Amino acid sequence: MKGKWLATLCLLPFLIFFCAFQIAPLIWIAVNSLKSLDGWGLGNFSEILGSPFYRQAMRFSLEISVWSSVLGLLIAVLGSYSLRQVDSRLRDFVTAFANMTSNFAGVPLAFAFIILLGFNGCLTLLLKQAGLIEDFNLYSKNGLILIYTYFQIPLGVLLLYPAFDALREDWREAASLLGASTWHFWRHIGLPVLTPALLGTFIILLANALGAYATVYALTTGNFNVVPVRIAALVSGDIFLDPNLASALAMLLVILMTVITFTHQWLLRRSYHVKR
Amino acid sequence: MSNASRSVSLYHRLVVWLLFLILLLPLAATLLYSLATQWSATLLPSGLTLKWYAALWSDSRFLIAFGHSLVVCVGALLLAIFLVLPLMFVIAYHFPRLDALMNVLILLPFAVPPVVSSVGLLQLYAGGPLPLIGTPWILIGCYFTIALPFMYRAISNNLQALNVHDLMDAAHLLGASTFRAALLVVLPNLRKGLMVALFLSFSFLIGEFVFANILVGARYETLQVYLYNMRNGSGHFTSALVISYFLVVLIVTWAASGLSRDKS
Repeated sequence: MKGKWLATLCLLPFLIFFCAFQIAPLIWIAVNSLKSLDGWGLGNFSEILGSPFYRQAMRFSLEISVWSSVLGLLIAVLGSYSLRQVDSRLRDFVTAFANMTSNFAGVPLAFAFIILLGFNGCLTLLLKQAGLIEDFNLYSKNGLILIYTYFQIPLGVLLLYPAFDALREDWREAASLLGASTWHFWRHIGLPVLTPALLGTFIILLANALGAYATVYALTTGNFNVVPVRIAALVSGDIFLDPNLASALAMLLVILMTVITFTHQWLLRRSYHVKR
Repeated sequence: MSNASRSVSLYHRLVVWLLFLILLLPLAATLLYSLATQWSATLLPSGLTLKWYAALWSDSRFLIAFGHSLVVCVGALLLAIFLVLPLMFVIAYHFPRLDALMNVLILLPFAVPPVVSSVGLLQLYAGGPLPLIGTPWILIGCYFTIALPFMYRAISNNLQALNVHDLMDAAHLLGASTFRAALLVVLPNLRKGLMVALFLSFSFLIGEFVFANILVGARYETLQVYLYNMRNGSGHFTSALVISYFLVVLIVTWAASGLSRDKS
């Protein structure tokens, strides 16, 4: 019996720290999102949903996240499928490199992109001289989609690469013996088997983009209107501070992320390569 | 090899190289920029130099920021080891049912982005009994939560491969106390998995910017905040900084992948 008590005691330090730095801030946000100048209620939420400024932030956040996730996923699918088909030296090298670049995000990435694609970036100049583009604005919505897509690619590759395990080479041979074309194989066998993994990866990428703050903040010094930038400006900006409104905005993001995380867990359980 | 399969294999090699080039491009441009004497409005730099690196590595503000980052990351990882190891052992040995609950809890740092957490943290620890805002302590606590899901998964995979009950029973039979057995029998078996998890956690903790900027900022400047604050300075200088930072990450992830290859 004494052992059990000691064992429970071992859980305590973890619980204290986890509550202090993870649970307590979340509870504080949940409670204070319901508090505004005119007392308790949903006032903060209706203010956010009624304001064109915050609605724009949400629209931009969603647009950038969805587009960068779709593009990142597409490149990751093509890339990781081909990665499986090349010789192991090239494969190991590129996988290790993707692993490393998955840490290349936030402020350093923003700086690298300014050098590459800023107004005087070397790629911008190259493409302008070749007459391929008129002008390119990295600090616009399209520029942000591009830079977000870049940091989604390594993550997508790392997540999707194991999923292709589910696809066995003998199925393809069996299908082609039965007269299926490449298109038929992907349409009826390949894609259905991969769908849960593809959706799961898409959802992780979406969550990753929705919560991203460092990249867009460093690139535009907080001048581009997306939800994480708005939240941070409401608690640490220098114009006007409203922690309660920030809490409500943060809660909206958390609710969205929770739905996304649970959908992902559910898809993961249905996914083919996990069950095997 | 037939003609068709040769062209298929060529296609796959081409895609993989293209992927590599896309990922390399921003890094390569930054590297070149950090080595350039001057580079504006032309395709290639006019000359190469190491002076930006010399300037960076003799800048005391940079060295201090680098030191701060090391203190915070290593502190957070030590805290994580101290908190997570006993927890994992106790769960595996006494309360296997809690594992399901933990698997939900470790989703929290993932579902709650740092920018959201920092709203609550700023209000909770700005004053009162625990005025942690502006000190490295708050970063150590927050970085522990970021590293947690990762460390938990790595150690839990490792523990499942180990038969904790048999190991402990054998140690008990030989006269060891539970504490001794856990420390001298179970822990050494987890060492490699733990080291890999630590290296990888370090490589992303040193890149953390959101908590560092919002909760602490210039009061205890870390590497990423320093990088951000230098944004109006010379682009060559910040490029040298980006490349130096990336080299550190490279060495650490390389060490981790070397370790995990050893394991298998």
